[in-house]
Amino acid sequence: MALLMAMQVQHLVRLSTIDTIIVVFYFALVLAIGFYLRNRAKTGEDFFMAGRDMTAWVAGLSFLSANLGALELMGWAGSAYQYGILATHWYWIGAIPAMLFLALVMMPFYYISKTHSVPGYLKLRFGEPARAVSAVSFGFMTVLMSGVNMFAMAKVLQIVLGWDINVSIWLSAGTVAVYVALGGLRSAIFNEVLQFFLIWAGALLIPILGLHEAGGWSNLKIQIAQRASEQYVHLWSGLGSFTGNPMGIHWTGIVFGLGAIISMGYWTTDFLVVQRILAAKDIRSAEMAPIIGAGFKMMVPLIVILPGLLGLAVLPMKLVPESVAAVTGAHSYNDVLPLMLARYCGPGLLGLGITALIAGFMSGMAGNVTAFTTVWTYDIYRPLINSKGTDHHYVNMGRWTTVIGVLISVGTAYLVMQFASIMDYVQALFSFFIAPLFGTVVLGMLWKRATGPGGFWGLLLGTASSISMWAWVKVDPSALRYVAMSPHAKALAQDMYQALWSFLVCVIVTVVVSLATKPKTDSELNGLVYGLTQVPSVGNLPIYQKPLFWAGVVVVIFFVLNIYFW
Amino acid sequence: MISIWFFIGIALLVDGVLIFSAGMYELWHPPVHPVVLFSLHAPIWWGGLLAVIGAIYCLKFKPKHS
Repeated sequence: MALLMAMQVQHLVRLSTIDTIIVVFYFALVLAIGFYLRNRAKTGEDFFMAGRDMTAWVAGLSFLSANLGALELMGWAGSAYQYGILATHWYWIGAIPAMLFLALVMMPFYYISKTHSVPGYLKLRFGEPARAVSAVSFGFMTVLMSGVNMFAMAKVLQIVLGWDINVSIWLSAGTVAVYVALGGLRSAIFNEVLQFFLIWAGALLIPILGLHEAGGWSNLKIQIAQRASEQYVHLWSGLGSFTGNPMGIHWTGIVFGLGAIISMGYWTTDFLVVQRILAAKDIRSAEMAPIIGAGFKMMVPLIVILPGLLGLAVLPMKLVPESVAAVTGAHSYNDVLPLMLARYCGPGLLGLGITALIAGFMSGMAGNVTAFTTVWTYDIYRPLINSKGTDHHYVNMGRWTTVIGVLISVGTAYLVMQFASIMDYVQALFSFFIAPLFGTVVLGMLWKRATGPGGFWGLLLGTASSISMWAWVKVDPSALRYVAMSPHAKALAQDMYQALWSFLVCVIVTVVVSLATKPKTDSELNGLVYGLTQVPSVGNLPIYQKPLFWAGVVVVIFFVLNIYFW
Repeated sequence: MISIWFFIGIALLVDGVLIFSAGMYELWHPPVHPVVLFSLHAPIWWGGLLAVIGAIYCLKFKPKHS
């Protein structure tokens, strides 16, 4: 505790003794959970798949939590300040349809194939080459992303609390390494569910008090219109043209780029989140988990977007872009959440808010590490290096890979510290793989004519096209008018269209190559493809216990919210 | 096996009690630079709410001896 208090030098907020006790208690609790679960991670199924005995609620909240990192919270609150309520699209159309698609269409195939991972499914459906491309790229990018996030979070803790960057990196990395290496995926999932509660407990007070100060939603809208623009509180009405909204994006980019491709790619094929659902105890839980996640995902804007909007209305100072803040010393958009936290939260509440940020960061890192460990052990080490090991050997490999993965992440964090531009490159690289991977997986599940060579070349060329478009705009910024269909498009809009084109390249190549190569027999595709698979029933349940019923409820709420904030 | 919900109950109960206590302390010793809306005494009712929810979770999901 003395160490943590001594680390505070220059900062946005100052922690009191009681705040520090709350933060230290959190670290003690997550380590205690790791030690408690160490005896329940003896077999491969226990360590890598949490024994496949998670209930729908635990799997669903963990599925959502793995994505609810601290940088996500602070970044999107900053985006809400910068772009207004448009940032909500990343939580609603950019998540809900994809989560429901995962639950009702894709989950049965993942579940009944009993695969350990998404690359594992590609192996079953398309063969070893497709798995190798997917596993190596995913494993490589996951540890790099983990390192980038680690550095970014240490930087945040330095700015907000004045903590030394080295201590932040090693303390958080060491804690994650210990509890994941001891308890495996089960430990990561337990801590993610704990984090989910802490985030809501720590962050929900900001919108409650903020709305009280602003005088309610109607008055908040008036204040935002006066200080920024009326378009900052409309979700869809300004998307008819590229220039009619603060983001410089057209509705086609949001619907087809974000809703149909990027979010589908992320929520249905990124193993970081899908791994949590694969740990569900039965098919009904596996289908219900993403639906539960979707229900809560719709509420997340309350603690992320609304504080950003409230910042526009109630903060006395004007926040600026990161590049301007670095020169002028003013607060940047990304500071809006800590500023709102400091505005309303005194001793105790501040500690809980900071704990929520740290918890979000650590569970995001644990998510990366568990996914990396599983893909390395089952999709790279076992098939390509040592296929004759015992189950005990692979569990030990998993424990060591956890520690090594964390160390590589720490190394990446220090690399980013030396060369800041690496962060942009790594974040861009990660987005290259998502959209084409979705094309490959969804064609594999829904089209029985797709062949191994088709899947492999579609994935490879789709990814290559995504990298090429990014490099083209980097070398010649005027190329944005072709890639994003408008010279006014901002970075986020470019991502949307880049994803859309690379998905189309992947699909077209997969279809053309598949039609030119020999198809697999129906018996080889049993359990892997729609139409050739007997999808297991969730059982004869009352309607209110059926996944389809709750998916319908989520869809209705989704439309009501979008129409209300139109 | 101890339920995950019990761990969550512990976290909410301990944090809630600490926040509630900090709020009560501030009631008798108001800070020199209070936060905005200090008059609502958020730590008292928010900390209290977390402690109650945490206590309910602890009781409902407490480990059973076999």
